[in-house]
This record gives sequence, structure tokens and C-alpha cells, in this order.
Amino acid sequence: MKYGVNEQGYYGDFGGAYIPEMLYPNVEELRREYVKILDDPDFKQEFDQLMKDYVGRPSPLYHAKRYSEKYGANIFFKREDLNHTGSHKINNAIGQILLAKRLGKKRIIAETGAGQHGVATATVCALMGIECIVYMGEIDMERQAPNVARMKMLGATVIPATSGSKTLKDATNEALRDWIANPVDTHYIIGSVVGPYPYPEMVAKFQSIISAETKVQLKEHTGSELPQYVLACVGGGSNAMGMFYNFLDDEEVKLVAVEAAGKGVNSGHSAATTALGKEGVLHGSRTILMQSDDGQVVEPYSISAGLDYPGIGPQHAHLYKVNRAQYVSITDEESLNAGLLCCQLEGIIPAIETAHALAYLEKMTFKKDDNVVICISGRGDKDLSTYIKHFGY
Amino acid sequence: MQLFSFNDTTDMNRLNQLFASKNKNLLSIYYTAGYPRLDTTLDIAEALEKAGADFLEIGFPYSDPVADGPTIQHSSQTALDNGMTLNLLFQQLKELRNRVSIPVLLMGYINPIVQYGVERFCKDASAAGVDGVIVPDLPMYEYEMIYRKHFEDNNLSNIFLVTPQTSEERIRKIDGFSNSFIYLLSSSSITGGSLQLSDSIEAYYQRIKDMHLNNPAIIGFGISDNRSFSKACEYANGAIVGSAFVKLLAEENYMEKIPEFIKAIKDSL
Repeated sequence: MKYGVNEQGYYGDFGGAYIPEMLYPNVEELRREYVKILDDPDFKQEFDQLMKDYVGRPSPLYHAKRYSEKYGANIFFKREDLNHTGSHKINNAIGQILLAKRLGKKRIIAETGAGQHGVATATVCALMGIECIVYMGEIDMERQAPNVARMKMLGATVIPATSGSKTLKDATNEALRDWIANPVDTHYIIGSVVGPYPYPEMVAKFQSIISAETKVQLKEHTGSELPQYVLACVGGGSNAMGMFYNFLDDEEVKLVAVEAAGKGVNSGHSAATTALGKEGVLHGSRTILMQSDDGQVVEPYSISAGLDYPGIGPQHAHLYKVNRAQYVSITDEESLNAGLLCCQLEGIIPAIETAHALAYLEKMTFKKDDNVVICISGRGDKDLSTYIKHFGY
Repeated sequence: MQLFSFNDTTDMNRLNQLFASKNKNLLSIYYTAGYPRLDTTLDIAEALEKAGADFLEIGFPYSDPVADGPTIQHSSQTALDNGMTLNLLFQQLKELRNRVSIPVLLMGYINPIVQYGVERFCKDASAAGVDGVIVPDLPMYEYEMIYRKHFEDNNLSNIFLVTPQTSEERIRKIDGFSNSFIYLLSSSSITGGSLQLSDSIEAYYQRIKDMHLNNPAIIGFGISDNRSFSKACEYANGAIVGSAFVKLLAEENYMEKIPEFIKAIKDSL
């Protein structure tokens, strides 16, 4: 693959494994074993079976007729919101729990922002009967209280991250510290295409089922497996990477990644990483991140907890730098309006993360026959209180 | 691979000179630049030398120190809140060699170095009289590909970490890349834990000792008092105290307490 990873774990200038020596054996074990395990027919069979019977895949590719009329193109929704647990996060969680089992791990740790990845991880741990510890920023625990309760019901221990900004970045730091202290029996299920190599590649592979299915389904709908445009929202970037993955080498397909501008890109309250960031190292990989001139990580802001992250996955940094994908941003206000529009035109309440991708349709111009696929990465139940507060329902 | 010949003292930096003259019971102290106050960096260094520390590790703060426990996280955040930056630290260090003669290492994470510029960082460190650098999240592969040249051009030692889980093959490789000492972690943990001596830890120390490495070994993480320091010195050439000293800096009249703190750790050694 032209845009894929090289043997050293780099996508162009980005990636690598910038980890303390304490994590070297864990990461090396993964690097050595994960491809072998993923290629094992027994693993594939178990993964495919769970995807079908437990997650409910394939997720539908829905031709959104009223959206198509409004925007003057054929708009398709890839319905990851219909997955068990309500988002694309379960695809990766299933893949990694099966991997952890084969590596003989007895304990799972994870970080979570909005709580979707935490819920997905707690779910697969319950399914497999493995101990689960989820780190979550203290502030995120307050604003996503229902997801905290869901994780606890599923048997997970939720530990608040009380350092720094008390959000996703700090939850990730705490999970890494836990892994350092528990190097032998623990597997860290990272929730996005971030972290030291091989995580970004491994998570992208588990999420690539999104675009693999889309190609087959789009061909049934339109006669061609290639759309003109593919859109997805980007925090760390796992749903976007899954949605882009099988289209990367189809250069005629335009890829659009939508970041969170928060209160405006230059408002000082934003998570628009490519617009505001510089190259550096965050959470184990060389990527683009929001930082001060002195190299201190800047606290991001977005109304959407899932996009409230100061970096992006290293493959996204590469796609941005070589212009294979276009990186744009949408404000809180624009995303909330787009979320409401989706409820009213299509009867689908999207996650606020997803609403960022939907909002960008307003800024695009299409030809009548263009086929456009948007990843509906998650459902909006978890965001009801934010929607209600904003619109006064 | 030995970068410096130990017979040729003119090329040796202060670390190599120290190890050539003293090879046991070496005590190194870690603290964070800009903590507890912005301007205390050199006062503390001077006091530690007078009190009998053999070498120093001055931490430059980072917002996301994943290898550090609560004590050093707190000192880093306070230092950042006080306004510490790499630019300012190098300004402060211009006076370093007028006030301190023992070896000094800088310790911190890779991202501030990347932003400062790797080459500029190495030049400025060397010009300030810094002898080595410890960057916990700079792995061997990246060091070899990108950083090594700049470190070597500026006569800076790069210190690698070894943990109980590091394979013998990798320890040999690290020994080959090192040119002053190897930093042995007492356990796989973040900083600020307490050393839980066990048969397996002592077996690990013994295993390293029996490898007869080219470089001296210094034990760090969890060394906080005379007992843990003495035990570490049975197996290695010395040990590093970090969090326990940073805690002292939070007390009142900490400058006056430094001699007593060092004396208590080194007691009878």
C-alpha cells in the first residue's frame, strides 16, 4: 500500500515507537505477534463470527434520500451507529480482546474520552471474562456520567485521571503508567489509531472492515465500488482511518477528514489539530500535535469529548502532509445544528462527533451524480443532555 | 562500542572522569529545574555538590511525563506554571560551571527537545557544561537513526534504561551504545515507588552484575533512603535518588536540610 506503514513503523515522517524502555518488551511482543495472530485462520473465524452475531455486521450502507435531495448528490450513510454498543469502537475492541487472549493476557486496561471506547472495552471483557480497568479523565466522567455507569454495570473498574486537563490525554497517560507497572500480564487496548507502532496500524486494520464493507455495498447501490467523496470526523482518527483504509490507493476518491474547531479555530478553544499543530511526539508516536513553542502539549477543547484530543494518528499526519486527504474543521455550533438536521431529515440522532462530519456537507458543492459516503461513527444517545441543553427541548 | 578511550583523559567528559576515579557507592540526585521556584535551579545544584552528591540529574519539565509518578508530575507542573522552559533553563545554565564542578545530566522527554531543535539542544547543553542526557521516551532505534550524531558531535553521553524485563541481547546492545553508564531500573514502574526488595529483584541485579558490562551501572527508581541506597550499591556502582529528594524540596527551609538528607542516605558508605 502506497500510504501504508514501513517496516520501521513509520508512515513517511510519522509514527515510530517513542516509548520508555519499560514498555519496550510489551510493544515488541505486539509487533512480533500481531500480524501472525491476525493472519491465523482460527482468529479470523472467531473475529468474523463475533462481528456478525455479536456486533451485528455488516452495518448497513443507507442511501439517505432527503439528504441527497438537500445537497444535490447521492449521500450514503455508513451506519456504524447501529453496531452493538453504539459506535465503531467495538470493531477494534473485539479485535484486540481476541489478540489479548491469544497473547495469554489476564488483565485489560483502556483509556476513554467520551466513554464509547471504554464501554466497548468493558463489553468485550465481560464477553471474555477478563478483568477490565478503564482510565477516564475526571472532567469526562462528569460530562459522560451515563457511560461511566454503563462501564460499571459491565463489570469494569473506572479510575479517574486527575492529572493535567483531566480529559482524554491524561487518561491515556494514566493507562500508559499502569502498563509500565504491569508489563507482563496486562494488555492495553488503545481506542484510536494513535500510540506507538504497531498500534496505529493494528487499530486501522480492525477498523478497515468499515471501508471493506462499504465497497461491496456501494457497488450494489450504484454499480461502482468507488464514490467521489468519503467523509469522516477525526479526533485520534479511528473511524476515519477505517472509512478511508480501503480507498487510500484509489486516488480518484476524495477523502475528507473533519476535525473539531470548538469555538472557532483561532478562538483558543479548539481541537483542530492540523490547523493548529506542529510536528512532534505524543503518546508514543511522531505526529502532528497542538503544542506550545516550548513543546508542552496544549489543552484542546471541543464540545465533543471524542474529538477533544491534541493530536491525530500518525497515518493521518502523513495523509495530511502528502495531501492524500483534506483536513477541515467544524465548530461546536455547526455540529449541533447538523446533528439536529440529521434527526429531522433522516430520523437518526447522531453522536456529536459524527455531526461534525455531517456539518461539512454544507460547505461542499457536488455534481448531481456524485456518490458521497459519510461514516456515521456513533449514535447520539450519550449526547442527549448536550443537545437538550443547546436547543432547549 | 566505546566512544572514549579511558586512557586519553583529555577527551573524557566529567562523567567518564568520575567513573575512572570512583566506581562504587556513587550517589546521584534528580530534581526538576524551576521547582520549587523558577530561580532555584543552580542554588540546589551547588548545595547538592557541597553536601556530597557525586553527580546530578536536572529534569526539564514536560506537560505529559508518562514515566513519572505523582511527585515528579507535580514538580514538573509547578515548574511549568512557574514559567520554566528549555530556553530559560539554558540561560540559567550559563552560570553552571562557575558554581558546580560535578557531572550534570539533563533529563526530560523528547517533545520539548524536538521543538527546541535536536542539534541546537545538544550544542547548548554542551556549551553549558552538561555531560549527558537521559530521555526516557527516546528509544534506541530513533537514537541511532536521528540523534546519535548530534550527541556524539557535542561530547554528550546518552543514557539508556534497562528494566527487569529487558532481554540479555538488548542489554548487550544498550551496553554497546552507551558511553558513560547504564541506568538500571529497580523494577518496572514509574518514578516515586518504594523499592520492594525481593529475591527476584536481587536475582535481576545479580544477573546484570554477572554480565560484566563495559559500562558502569547505576540503579534508579524507588531509591529513597540509606537502606535502599546501600542495597543498590551492593550490586551496582551507585544509585539515583529522585522523588524522595523532590519531596524534600516541598518542605520549609529545604536548602538547610539538603546536607542532612545527603548524609543520611550515604551514611557509612
